[in-house]
Amino acid sequence: MSAVLSPSVDQVALEERAAALGKRSIKKEAKVAGLRLAISLCDLTTLEGKDSPGKIRQLCAKAVRPDPEDPSIPSVAAVCVYSDLVETAKRALAGSGVRVASVSTAFPSGRVPLPVKLADVRRAVAAGADEIDMVIDRGAFLAGDTRLVFDEIVATKEACARRDGSAARLKVILETGELETYDNVRRASDLAIAAGADFIKTSTGKISPAATPAVTLCMLEAIRDHWLATGARVGMKPAGGIRTAKQALHYLVLVKETLGADWLDPDLFRFGASSLLNDLLMQLKKERTGRYRSDEEFTKD
Amino acid sequence: MSRNVRGRPTASVSREPDFEGTWEYAPAPESTSHLKIDPRYGLFIGGRFVPPRSEAWFDTINPATEEKLAKVAEAGAADVDAAVRAAERAYEKSWRRMPGKERGKYVFRLGRMLQEKAREFAVLETMNGGKPIKESRDLDVPLAAAHFFYYAGWADKLDYAFPGRSARPLGVCGQVIPWNFPLLMASWKLAPALAAGNTCVLKPAETTPLTALHLARLVEEADLPPGVVNVVTGAGATGAALVEHPKVRKVAFTGSTEVGKRIQRALAGSGKKLTLELGGKAANIVFADAAIDQAVEGIVSGIYFNQGHVCCAGSRLLVEESVHDLVVKKLAQRIRTLRLGDPLDKNTDVGAINSKAQLTKIRELVDSGVRDGAVLTQAACRIPARGFWFPPSFFTNVAQSFRIASEEIFGPVLAIQTFRTPEEAVEKANNTMYGLSAGVWTEKGSKIFKVSQQLRAGVVWANTYNKFDPSSPFGGYKESGFGREGGRHGLCAYLEPV
Repeated sequence: MSAVLSPSVDQVALEERAAALGKRSIKKEAKVAGLRLAISLCDLTTLEGKDSPGKIRQLCAKAVRPDPEDPSIPSVAAVCVYSDLVETAKRALAGSGVRVASVSTAFPSGRVPLPVKLADVRRAVAAGADEIDMVIDRGAFLAGDTRLVFDEIVATKEACARRDGSAARLKVILETGELETYDNVRRASDLAIAAGADFIKTSTGKISPAATPAVTLCMLEAIRDHWLATGARVGMKPAGGIRTAKQALHYLVLVKETLGADWLDPDLFRFGASSLLNDLLMQLKKERTGRYRSDEEFTKD
Repeated sequence: MSRNVRGRPTASVSREPDFEGTWEYAPAPESTSHLKIDPRYGLFIGGRFVPPRSEAWFDTINPATEEKLAKVAEAGAADVDAAVRAAERAYEKSWRRMPGKERGKYVFRLGRMLQEKAREFAVLETMNGGKPIKESRDLDVPLAAAHFFYYAGWADKLDYAFPGRSARPLGVCGQVIPWNFPLLMASWKLAPALAAGNTCVLKPAETTPLTALHLARLVEEADLPPGVVNVVTGAGATGAALVEHPKVRKVAFTGSTEVGKRIQRALAGSGKKLTLELGGKAANIVFADAAIDQAVEGIVSGIYFNQGHVCCAGSRLLVEESVHDLVVKKLAQRIRTLRLGDPLDKNTDVGAINSKAQLTKIRELVDSGVRDGAVLTQAACRIPARGFWFPPSFFTNVAQSFRIASEEIFGPVLAIQTFRTPEEAVEKANNTMYGLSAGVWTEKGSKIFKVSQQLRAGVVWANTYNKFDPSSPFGGYKESGFGREGGRHGLCAYLEPV
């Protein structure tokens, strides 16, 4: 990995800046455009022990057409599932353009030997996963063994390769709630980017706190520094805890004012969320009709 | 390059973020419907609004539109005399005799009423002064209220302010305040003076009288004894008549160093107590080991907050040479995200310049910087057709001898210089006639303490900038003035120990 030291992060000032961007007033046409954009950036997610083929098929239908009454509403970017359900999701989404992301590497803890993690990844890729969401070894990171964390990301990246020479895109989950300090988050971001991450992602959603505006800003700054230094664009995925349209708009503001509008694109930004989509739909309907509707009007998949 | 996202070749793509882009924020103007501005405002003397004996009036405008907001009385010498006499009567008859506990209730009430009418005051401040509504809403008004609350608490504890001694008030205070934080400066002046048992004649700045006049209405509604607070509006002559009035026992002035010197000359030998809070040319020192992205935020809030109309603005950036290029690059990108325009829009970051005269002064100094050979970078903002505006700007290649490095610009213009060692940073930071404030940015705690001990500045912020609290004293060294406002120190300026 690069010998360059990661810059320090000042907690107070970082949180202040993230909060200040939360005060942007997003109204009227900007709100409608932002809500639609947010839908197109969703990784609609289900990661439960009780996930079943039937559940996945229903979720995929929702992903392709979030609001059956309004075909102008875009599909989400991807559906995110456990690796054994990739085939099911892939079949359900065939021809829709919605991608399949698979959590992998013994998600969420990652506490298995590397060969097992890589087998998990290869299986998901072989089953047709477009994207792999891996977890880093937080234990190794906190113990100071950053070399091991780096090497595992490199190995996972190699396991994302397909026979035809293409590759599944790799999202690297830092699990920021376990790294705790912004200095750690910044170092882990730089490390993941240097090791070849296509996206860096805050959280598994299984640990609290998950994504926050400040931790996302910290990671966006790492992406920005890498872009300014090399010209290469790495994506960002806050995940976990983003449930409301208002929160989603706050994240879009963070991205727009840190990296610019280029990053407001499914290739470079995603929300990892399960319940967010319905609130986005509800707010859109409210903007259109002037009234809030019963939540029973929105499908619960 | 190898890790580039599919279909996005990097070689030909610029690395300038697209901050305009496809998703623009819609206008979000704060409503003004709850605010009633009178067509004309008299002088507030002896507990009521009266027409000026001078029979002179002047217009006050909105600097963002150049539209007239109201007519305001111009107090002449006779009006100032009437106000001072009203204050003296109130001092002798009621205020000095009132138990501190009772005085404290009035001061507290002013804070409460200010909070209740926070939106009215925020909108009025923005309309009359040009500052963004988010600043008047989130800083000026809440902080003004906080000053009343803080000093209300001191009113019945004056005997404990100086251990072993008791204290007594001074009498009538003549208070002259500037246009950059009109309501906040009024609260900084009135709250400690009233809590200490003095009575006041307040002279707001010529361009921004309206919030002080609405504050006078609160004084009326709060039922303060008539004459305890008086507000006389006008320009320099009104201020001069006030500070030179023989019955005034204490003068407090915030404003330019030039006027401050005139006041000090005029008061020499008069026995009046004086505090001056004047200009500044603060050094914001960024070491290479700072948290750079947050330091850039601190640089931005240091100089572009309130259009740079801040006496403690971090108007000189001293950056360690090894990170100069990085910081300048990040700053250049950051100022492109600053939204200049309608101050009433909730998303506006940079509002209007307060007056045409100030805009002329800023332009003149910026021209001198260019002529001296400094390199100017400006945000490419759309400048509204009417009103007074200046885009966020900074100069690189600045030598210590340039005017832009030594004179207070009082606008959104930063002068950037480099240093190599902490010793050089301190030397350059102190190499100024001013000494109001400074900033230090480093992740190394020991460096913060060492450097800030050596800085000749009244306020030193570490890893932050422009933070204020009523309990924290504020004031300058050298030509930035003397005396402190805020905290127990600020109270002492309105008392004498016995």
